[in-house]
Amino acid sequence: MAKPDMVMYEEEYRALQEIISRLQVDSASKVVFLVDKNGQQIAASGDVRSIDATSLASLTAGNVAATDGLAKLIGEKEFSLLFHEGEKDNLHISIVGKRGILVVIFDQTSSLALVRLRVKRASRELAEIFEKVELRAQTSSTTTSNFESPFSEITDEDIDKLFGD
Amino acid sequence: MTFINYASREINCKIVYYGPGLCGKTTNIQWIHEQANPEKRGKLVSLATETDRTLFFDFLPLDMGTVKGFKVRFHLYTVPGQVFYDASRKLILRGCDGVIFVADSQRPRLEANIESIANLATNLKDNGFDIRTIPYVLQLNKRDMPTAAPIQEMEELLRFRNEPMIEAVASRGVGVIDTLKACARQILMELQRS
Repeated sequence: MAKPDMVMYEEEYRALQEIISRLQVDSASKVVFLVDKNGQQIAASGDVRSIDATSLASLTAGNVAATDGLAKLIGEKEFSLLFHEGEKDNLHISIVGKRGILVVIFDQTSSLALVRLRVKRASRELAEIFEKVELRAQTSSTTTSNFESPFSEITDEDIDKLFGD
Repeated sequence: MTFINYASREINCKIVYYGPGLCGKTTNIQWIHEQANPEKRGKLVSLATETDRTLFFDFLPLDMGTVKGFKVRFHLYTVPGQVFYDASRKLILRGCDGVIFVADSQRPRLEANIESIANLATNLKDNGFDIRTIPYVLQLNKRDMPTAAPIQEMEELLRFRNEPMIEAVASRGVGVIDTLKACARQILMELQRS
């Protein structure tokens, strides 16, 4: 595999969740999502029910990937920030560490300046946690850990059951 | 890259449908979307042109149930098949856990299939994957077409690693679930090994 699987434990998840919840309040935004570059949602805060979070995660990752491709075409490493302005709601998308994408949805009760300011701080904190997760993934793929994976005993029947056989 | 979340007890896997233009990649996931229990499927997102040709990707999230107490979720993606969308194809393969190659059985499309597999190998390699080891299924689609080439001939041309090979007519749903299942099986078994 190109990269080790991303495994997130309770403690890291809680830490990420806490940071984005704080970001959502401090930036006076409607919703904050944390997704990974492959299009999977990691955490969310705010009025999450109003949005199809799964589609949002996948389209954001597609958007970031396409913009990444554009950056490389003109000789840039990446565009670390994307901003989409709507009539009512705006979308602020930024890259966090190597793997994360932070999506902030806000309206006129906040401002781009405030969102940018708050995102900057939160990004640093999030990047630290991502680094920890990454580091652990690398070390556990090179050394045999004592941790017993719950998937070590997946059987054919388990898989058949998923398909309702 | 499978994403295992111990906090929410979820496993997320990404499966990409690959193949030449008009081979039926979108038809595969449209059929899955139509048949799936509405509670288990997410919204089908299609980024297509006005003439319904895939422009960037189609995306369908599917909740499959649980394995060992973990909710299993598949994210199905298709790539645009047309040759000039190669940059987009490469992006979509990023972080995938398995690939389903949808081959067009019609004789005039045999060469396009071969080219597309070669293109897949290159794009996988650029993303750090090896086409010889990644979970992979070969689907022979459009078996109902009058110009469909014999199975044996297609196997000789397209099958290269003893991968599961499934005959299909995606427009009628024949072989669609079997194909997905064959890929899912390999991905989950891979999870077991790692």
